[in-house]
Amino acid sequence: MAIWGLWVINKAGGLVYQRNFGADGLPHLTSNEYLVLAGTLHGIHAITSRLSPTGASSGAQTISGETFKLTILLTATGTKFVLLTSLAEPTADSVLQKVYEAYADAVMKNPFHTPEMPIRNEGFDARINALLGS
Amino acid sequence: MSYAQPHPRFSVLSSSSLASAEHLSTASSTRFSLSSAPSINTATGAPAKSPAQRPSIYDRPLNKARAAEVSASAFAFLFSEVVQYTQKRVSGINDLERRLNTLGYRVGTRVLELMTWRNEASSKAPKREIRFLPALMSIHTQLWRAVFGRPADAIEKSVENADECASALLQRAQPMILPADPAPDMIIDNDPPITRHISVPRDMSQLSCSSFTAGVVEAVLDGLGFPARVTAHNTPTDQYPARTTILIKLEKSVLDREEALKM
Repeated sequence: MAIWGLWVINKAGGLVYQRNFGADGLPHLTSNEYLVLAGTLHGIHAITSRLSPTGASSGAQTISGETFKLTILLTATGTKFVLLTSLAEPTADSVLQKVYEAYADAVMKNPFHTPEMPIRNEGFDARINALLGS
Repeated sequence: MSYAQPHPRFSVLSSSSLASAEHLSTASSTRFSLSSAPSINTATGAPAKSPAQRPSIYDRPLNKARAAEVSASAFAFLFSEVVQYTQKRVSGINDLERRLNTLGYRVGTRVLELMTWRNEASSKAPKREIRFLPALMSIHTQLWRAVFGRPADAIEKSVENADECASALLQRAQPMILPADPAPDMIIDNDPPITRHISVPRDMSQLSCSSFTAGVVEAVLDGLGFPARVTAHNTPTDQYPARTTILIKLEKSVLDREEALKM
């Protein structure tokens, strides 16, 4: 059980925040690779939201591999929070809700943040550190 | 003291920022009329009325809303917009702080009136502070409680305490203070609620959005007859990263009067 990474993807599919947690977590990728991954996930998510046989759907919520899973939280405004965790991690959903709360407080209420732009914000970093460790 | 011309604070368009505030002048007559604005404070339980029938904010009893609380989130969003709006119309950090101070001043004049009305109207012997220290104490407790719901954390008389941090702050913040000037007073808030969600970017680290609070304090001091220059400064400590100092520099006439009253 471990939490390895957090992404925040804006409604246009751009990666606005990315953090890795723990020393022996995810392999290091270049920032360009992260941008491509986020953009791809955004596209996949858009397609999955149209696959539902019974009308409208909010799209993929988890994508899992053999050793890890991606948990996706889609907000009402189209911002996506993605948490990379181990398969057995039971708190992924509640952690994402708390990240959303921290985002609403420290990012959206901050007059120096430009919407849809990368998040460079000490307050948000501090809240995420308190929530997930550094 | 002569009051030859109206206090510049009573106009939003203080002289040096006229150029950047021109746009306000055309709309100001409608912008500040509150009476027709629909009320936010919909009465719970009362039968639904159309906005036209509801009494305007001026007609409602003043004491009814005494214990009412405002959503901190809603205010945080409002204040964030205020800062963004102001920031687009200024040329630098000092200008931004001054404009926030002016906005706070407009709030402060009203807060003082309401606070005095609520606290003293029911008392048998209503009083008004005429000495500076009791006035400062009432700002520290009454004003803070009326505006933020709790007293401020400390009052300090700077330099004399030889607090290194304070004197360094003073030298940075108020280079115009002459050595002969008396030490300014400071009100300290360890975690000001209105800037709780604001992270100032590094290139603007001098900026303190609590200038708004400083404006409120300045208006209250002015209203009580203690004209002063009030500014806000970040004085973070390890324990309280958001610690803010409100610096009060009284006008000379006030200091002279205090000296004379001491006799």
